[in-house]
Amino acid sequence: MSATTTGRTSSAVAPKARGGGVLPWLALPALLAFVAFAVIPLIGVLLLSFTSWDTLGTIQLTGLESWQSVLSDPGLPHALWVTFLITALSWAVQTPASILIGVFLAGHQRYRELLAVLYFIPLLLSSAAIAITYKALLDPNFGLGAGLHIDLLTQDWLGEPGLALGVVIFVVSWQFIPFHSLLYQGGVRQIPRSLYEAAELDGAGRVRMFFNITLPQLKYTIITSSTLMIVGSLTFFDLIFVLTEGGPSDATRALALDMYKRGFQANLMGAACVIGVILVLVGLALALLLRRLGGRDPNASQLEGA
Amino acid sequence: MTATHTPAAAKRPTAAHSRGRRPATPSQRPNWLGGLIGWLWLAVVIIPIYWIVITSFKTQSNYYVTNPLLPPSDPTLDNYRLVIEMDFPLYFLNSLLVAVGTVIPSVLFSFMAAYAIVRSGRTSRFLRGVNSLFLMGLAIPLQATVIPIYLLIIKLSLYDSLTALVLPSIAFAIPLSVLVLSNFIRDVPKELFESMRMDGATEWMTLWRLAFPLTRPAVVTVSIYNALNVWNGFLLPLILTQSPDKRTLPLGLAAFQGGPYGVNVPAVLASVVLTIVPILVLYTVGRRQLLSGLTAGFGK
Repeated sequence: MSATTTGRTSSAVAPKARGGGVLPWLALPALLAFVAFAVIPLIGVLLLSFTSWDTLGTIQLTGLESWQSVLSDPGLPHALWVTFLITALSWAVQTPASILIGVFLAGHQRYRELLAVLYFIPLLLSSAAIAITYKALLDPNFGLGAGLHIDLLTQDWLGEPGLALGVVIFVVSWQFIPFHSLLYQGGVRQIPRSLYEAAELDGAGRVRMFFNITLPQLKYTIITSSTLMIVGSLTFFDLIFVLTEGGPSDATRALALDMYKRGFQANLMGAACVIGVILVLVGLALALLLRRLGGRDPNASQLEGA
Repeated sequence: MTATHTPAAAKRPTAAHSRGRRPATPSQRPNWLGGLIGWLWLAVVIIPIYWIVITSFKTQSNYYVTNPLLPPSDPTLDNYRLVIEMDFPLYFLNSLLVAVGTVIPSVLFSFMAAYAIVRSGRTSRFLRGVNSLFLMGLAIPLQATVIPIYLLIIKLSLYDSLTALVLPSIAFAIPLSVLVLSNFIRDVPKELFESMRMDGATEWMTLWRLAFPLTRPAVVTVSIYNALNVWNGFLLPLILTQSPDKRTLPLGLAAFQGGPYGVNVPAVLASVVLTIVPILVLYTVGRRQLLSGLTAGFGK
């Protein structure tokens, strides 16, 4: 397209001037796509939460009925609790591990670059593939533990509530620690070396340098990484769906799965939309909270630490 | 999104390293704890992957009796044959169509929007608003809106089609793509835009001739990232399609594992391997392009 307009089209120079002209039009396709399939559904989820709809019949306005039924259902606090546990524990596992691995990877030795390439692999796999793999690997009769005759590994990993939740957190960490390590690797490499050299002259040891220089300098990376982790873990669906389907006895039924089950298995779309609204609100609140902690202009490159 | 920055950040310090002499900085003394965790984590990452690959070459009867971590004594391709006969090529094609159909429009649209936002984000209230909207989209878990999307797709008579998967995927990809691309376009020196303007280039030409080539590594990264998300996506295919011939790979995997062949673990793992291979290829190709793009970017 650009080839046809190679000639001097001096008339086109003018509109560039003050914001108007052709530029807003360039943003239009993205805006339209986003409005149609993200903004409208976002409004829709709120509207639908005041209706009842069983996916086949007509949508009926039922006011606060769905809200009342969901809010009085003990399943909701349970799902919130499970979501909180998964979010908090996977954050607590992933963050220290990712920081340590990220610091390690930030060294410039060649083998570390090879390690970084290998670390990245879990991120390439679909959650469905990962869940299927771990399901087979952890099978109490034919899995790794049974095959190697290691009793400690031969548990009914997905059959007991506590263990199943632990497995979900482990598998989530397995999948996402690589990504966050790379964030931290980038963050560490941007720390000015002069800081370390100065600390060295002052006789600071490695541990003190880590706590007094590396960690504070990684503040924005920690916030970026935590935001991604926390907002992301609100919507873990595929992994849990394939790994445990929320079981055993709802032990891993987090919010996103709860929404799916209410909507597409119990055919209560109004109730499912209530959960959807709760998810949006929780996500938004957490993101705002973390941004406040960061105390930085949201327009300034968020990936600077990335 | 990390991938672009990592090599970028890696470039400069490495160069500085090889040139100037350096006093004994922390990275030169061995970091035992970091090293231990690094190698330990490598084992945690690699063992399951190694296990998937070797097991996929075992026969079903061998799987139950052999040491799970030893490679098969008599490797077989039967599992792969079974999987390929089970419609996996069709799932593969579906995934490919959805990925290409999503990535091309979403990256083009995002690039145009990012360009507009950077070029007049300060002066145009409209574009500032668009930018804030996309930033808000980053904070909202868009998956929470799948039920209205389901309704919308039904009303558009697109239910159970690949188009149904493409449209919401484009919308979901836009916020992050615009953010990353606009960060990169912002790094293009202002003088280059100015000289394009002096030469009488239109915004449209400047976009394709200047901004696009200079930010190609970012475009590649964003494309790979989006392709990966769509390729691995599970929720949208699960709720927006129904018939087996519309399945994408992750859905096909789950159906295969839950179906009558699910007890054949080596075959299930062969199907897992088959879904990974194309992404590994893309990753390998993409990494190289990323690095060459970075070095060529400001070459002249």
